[in-house]
Amino acid sequence: MKKKSYSFLVIALMLCLALLTGITNPVSAADAEAPIKLGGIGPLSGAAAVYGIAVANGANIAVEEINALGGLQFELNFQDDEHDAEKSVNAYNVLKDWGMQVLVGTVTTTPGIAVSAESFADRIFTLTPSASSPQVVEGKDNVFQMCFTDPNQGIASAQYILDKELGTKVAIIYNNADAYSTGIYEKFATEAEEKGLEVVSTTTFTDETANDFSVQLTEAQNAGADLLFLPIYYQPASLILSQAKAMDYAPVVFGVDGMDGILTLENFDVSLAEGVMLLTPFVADATDDLTVAFVEKYQELYDEVPNQFAADGYDCVYAIYEALKDSDITAESTAEEACDYLVGVFTGEEFVFNGLTGDNMTWSETGEVAKSPKGMVIQDGVYVGMDAAEDSEND
Amino acid sequence: MTFLTYLISGISLGSIYAIIALGYTMVYGIAKMLNFAHGDVIMIGGYVSYMVTTELGWSPLVSVLAAMAVCTLLGVLIEQLAYKPLRAAPSLAVLITAIGVSYFLQNAALLLFSANPKSFSSVVPIDSIRLFEGKLVISGTAIVAVIACAIIILGLTWLINKTKIGKAMRAVSEDKHAAQLMGVSINKTISVTFAIGSALAAVAGVLLVSAYPILMPTTGAMPGIKAFTAAVFGGIGSIPGAFLGGILLGIIEILGKAYISTQLSDAIVFAVLIIILLVKPTGLLGKKVLVKV
Repeated sequence: MKKKSYSFLVIALMLCLALLTGITNPVSAADAEAPIKLGGIGPLSGAAAVYGIAVANGANIAVEEINALGGLQFELNFQDDEHDAEKSVNAYNVLKDWGMQVLVGTVTTTPGIAVSAESFADRIFTLTPSASSPQVVEGKDNVFQMCFTDPNQGIASAQYILDKELGTKVAIIYNNADAYSTGIYEKFATEAEEKGLEVVSTTTFTDETANDFSVQLTEAQNAGADLLFLPIYYQPASLILSQAKAMDYAPVVFGVDGMDGILTLENFDVSLAEGVMLLTPFVADATDDLTVAFVEKYQELYDEVPNQFAADGYDCVYAIYEALKDSDITAESTAEEACDYLVGVFTGEEFVFNGLTGDNMTWSETGEVAKSPKGMVIQDGVYVGMDAAEDSEND
Repeated sequence: MTFLTYLISGISLGSIYAIIALGYTMVYGIAKMLNFAHGDVIMIGGYVSYMVTTELGWSPLVSVLAAMAVCTLLGVLIEQLAYKPLRAAPSLAVLITAIGVSYFLQNAALLLFSANPKSFSSVVPIDSIRLFEGKLVISGTAIVAVIACAIIILGLTWLINKTKIGKAMRAVSEDKHAAQLMGVSINKTISVTFAIGSALAAVAGVLLVSAYPILMPTTGAMPGIKAFTAAVFGGIGSIPGAFLGGILLGIIEILGKAYISTQLSDAIVFAVLIIILLVKPTGLLGKKVLVKV
């Protein structure tokens, strides 16, 4: 028995050594043309994996394209956080040990709030593709967002519903245990009240009660809601859609960017999502050159149509590239040097970024992005731009 | 009418809790251990059914049987590998082992089936029933859940009270050592208990994901905890207690959501549990056991 435990010890020591050498090697091998180290954090497994994987894929495409151009080189190290704040901070520490100079992350909001506090303290420039709560950027001068903030999504959704006259009586179901969902809901409710959009039913759920929605749906139906606003992620949304169908309740369903991904849910009956609308900054069927090229490449590599998160990831890497390409920041620079330089560029007036998720994007000093959303509707299992859908109906 | 709708949702949810709770309560009643991996056996049952229907294209009924077979084997295997060697160990060691098995199953599912959630197509071919000019809609899954629950309760009661293995189970439950002296094989009895409990978990798993069609490696975790609560609520170790506890828990959860607050539904459920346990520490139908010193 004693012998056995010694051999375990030896194996454990050897593993530790292997890990240590693995970490130190790339640092010592840095040379003049060494790439700038981009860290990435997002859920590659777990319930929110769709978002993290999409961002990582999109960012990888951007890195490959940029490296193929010659000149400034990037190396991307994307770590899994399972949409968990604690694991996300661990992933962040792993990346810091690796020598990360710029962080692309996190993908989701709750981990984003935790990680951005760390990266603010460590002076590492952070550009999150999709962590959309204002809490992620608030009071942190070096943290920026590629996506809309939650309040902006809430305001834009209410505005869009009013402008397009999508519904008169609105029911809302949101996850009150989730900062993202609550953030959108609060602004939507305020905006709806101000603009005279009638909200007839507001109900909530938590991650623990996210299976039975019969109560929430019955309440919405009894209140006569003809539009259901779902500022939530797509898994509970898919349950809501199927349970609404089982009880013969068919309101217009309006979602936000978390709804994106519902069509990639394995074995999902896409007919349930027919007519579901969402606001998103990226439409895969857009015909501009940038989108067409990106969608083609993405399909070739990953065999699916990219969603908004993939486009966010791609844009993040390109925005950092645009900001860095005329600078003297190299792999030798410290994260703090890169951070100070990038903050200056992003908040500078002349920096305007054109990407997949919008034209003429600019950033405020708080780190929020300014761009305009596009409405999308699901038709026959694919996303169609809302304006394009209207045109085809008129034909 | 709205109240009826809520009540039916509650009973349907409660039936699923009850079937899961039966697995907890049987194992506890006979082996005197809390099998926290039970919730994850449910998840495995869901995945087996999913794979059989989507990958092999077999009929849903076959998939349920396949899920039951796999889960039965899995349950017996878990018992043999993880719990049997610890039969003489303190109960805390067994409890921690059970939590370990639970995490092992979740992570194994993560590797095997990936983290991406899967949408489960209901195995219940019955359409929703509409009553009172469509004001009351009862889903097919709800009906099947209630019927399945009733059949299982009747079957289990018969098994425990009328069969030889049932008599052995009761004997082991009452006094392990005395049962052994009387020639009852404890190991065999406990294995059979695990087999039955796990087969029930498979049924519960398929019903759960039919009613709430999202399948992930963590699908079984929360319903498992709720069902454990239901088992304690009804009196752990008691079969009618698990049934009563499950149904009541489902109804309280839904009605609490509907009439008090959607935000507090879990808080209400657990508050009721605490009150019941304060008034009746053995649960609603639990037996009071006097320990002589």
